[in-house]
Amino acid sequence: MRAFAYTRADTPRAAAQAAEATGTKFIAGGTNLLDLMKLDIEQPSRLVDVSRLNLRDVTDTPDGGLHVGALVTNTDLANHPRVKSDYAVLTRAIVAGASGQIRNKATTGGNLLQRARCPYFYDTNLPCNKRDPGTGCAALRGLSRTLAVIGTSDACIAQHPSDMAVALRVLDATVNTLKPDGTARTLTLDEFYRLPEDTPHLETTLEPGELITGVTLPPPVGGTHLYRKVRDRASYAFALVSVAAIVDGDRVRVAFGGVAPRPWRVPDAEDAYARARADGRADALIDRAFEGARPTEENAFKVPLLRRTLKAVLAQAGQEAQA
Amino acid sequence: MTQSPQAPSGADLPRLPVTLSVNGETHELTIDPRVTLLDTLREHLHLTGTKKGCDHGQCGACTVLLDGQRVLSCLTLAVMHDGQSVTTVEGLGTPDHLHPLQDAFVRHDGYQCGYCTPGQLCSSVGTLDEIARGVPSHVTADLDAVRFSAEELRERLSGNICRCAAYPNIIAAVTEVHAAGDGA
Ligand SMILES: Cc1cc2nc3c(=O)[nH]c(=O)nc-3n(C[C@H](O)[C@H](O)[C@H](O)COP(=O)(O)OP(=O)(O)OC[C@H]3O[C@@H](n4cnc5c(N)ncnc54)[C@H](O)[C@@H]3O)c2cc1C
Ligand code: SF4
Ligand code: FES
Ligand code: FES
Repeated sequence: MRAFAYTRADTPRAAAQAAEATGTKFIAGGTNLLDLMKLDIEQPSRLVDVSRLNLRDVTDTPDGGLHVGALVTNTDLANHPRVKSDYAVLTRAIVAGASGQIRNKATTGGNLLQRARCPYFYDTNLPCNKRDPGTGCAALRGLSRTLAVIGTSDACIAQHPSDMAVALRVLDATVNTLKPDGTARTLTLDEFYRLPEDTPHLETTLEPGELITGVTLPPPVGGTHLYRKVRDRASYAFALVSVAAIVDGDRVRVAFGGVAPRPWRVPDAEDAYARARADGRADALIDRAFEGARPTEENAFKVPLLRRTLKAVLAQAGQEAQA
Repeated sequence: MTQSPQAPSGADLPRLPVTLSVNGETHELTIDPRVTLLDTLREHLHLTGTKKGCDHGQCGACTVLLDGQRVLSCLTLAVMHDGQSVTTVEGLGTPDHLHPLQDAFVRHDGYQCGYCTPGQLCSSVGTLDEIARGVPSHVTADLDAVRFSAEELRERLSGNICRCAAYPNIIAAVTEVHAAGDGA
């Protein structure tokens, strides 16, 4: 691992100020950043340790929602009584990701900012526009089976790997941040994550030094909360595709994982669902949500797989509503 | 604040003081901030029970208990844990006084080469505690009613890879300890 200077921050504002300089990164759980530093993919010259900041609480908001501190661990968030009862899709998505050991350390902020799992992003001998802007994308004509089918560009077809973020998208969560000058921002996930276009190395709209302080969940949405993840082995693997859904009769909210550079949700597709005949609802939703998809030969299976996965989720929701 | 964008050379890097309590004993160390908790245990404290498998979070061989919770020691820096307490396999039991899980692993033939075993043991201690605290897993049907089962164990221990495939015997060992109620 390359040498870096290490500092600890006492307050969120001090952390943001300390991280403004080029080459500086925050470290929270470390479960993604240290892996990438060992591989020389991330090369920070300074780490600002935010793991001891007082951002570890889950609190009720005045409107009946929840505020989740950026340093709440994945385990603690999944196990929070209000998350389990009112936002079960979030618990289900978190426990579908990584392993118990990793979830005990991984944080809410770090999970949102984990980087791509494209095989070429991890192979420093091969071109990758995300790792090394302007070098090209080895995945376009390479192993693309796990990569994205929509929202991509000619410069990058990597998918966002987080499970938690897919549930946060279906819940309309917002990301709260603090800039070094003290201003705070609130961003929807679509505002927070950038699509790759011709700058795939820029994954979010965060500015230098900007710290995630937490995530806010709006008041709960009733209905059956489900997360279904399809992967190459039963556990401890990233999603090929995943579906986060909240189903309440004819109304449904659905976000998809493993298929786009950010959690993929198309509100129009949910309207198409409500208008379609009962037996064609899943098809109407998928057709609309994946209009304009550009899969590769290797990952074209993801669209029919999503269609079947969504049908399975809807069937499960029907059974749970009856039970 | 102005800071040099250049990485400091290794020689100018200040070593940092860290106090760790490991298996009940306090250690005051001065270390390079790059050193992971795993390398601190093995190279600085000569506690080689904790194993380095992949060094990238994929195998679970480096699992230890940090303030009582199971974590991967290869994916965290020692300097981040000043004042915290770590339990390694050496702290679970001794050859004369095995931890109930160690004893059950021996009797159930829960290992072959033994490389993954320290991680499996620490992970099992953490897992039994997580089940007792009601932390749900991917296979938990009712999120408010976490119950012990072999299915729960298999899912929760899936982050610990065993190349010798001792899995069925590990499950038998941990199940027995849970039934006896002395896994903590
Ligand atoms: C083997 C393995 C399997 C995995 N499987 C899955 C899986 O199936 N599903 C899944 O979703 N995830 C999976 N993960 C990824 C894991 O969830 C992430 O590594 C973890 O969530 C990152 O959180 P962290 O706190 O450790 O982040 P860090 O590693 O500490 O940080 C990650 C990034 O976020 C930045 N950062 C951290 N906190 C903040 C903040 N508050 N504000 C601004 N920037 C910040 C850091 O600078 C860094 O760039 C897996 C990881 C491993 C190693
Ligand atoms: S898909 Fe993106 S991450 Fe993968 S090689 Fe191409 S540019 Fe790099
Ligand atoms: S050595 Fe840490 S998970 Fe493999
Ligand atoms: S006993 Fe050999 S790797 Fe598990």
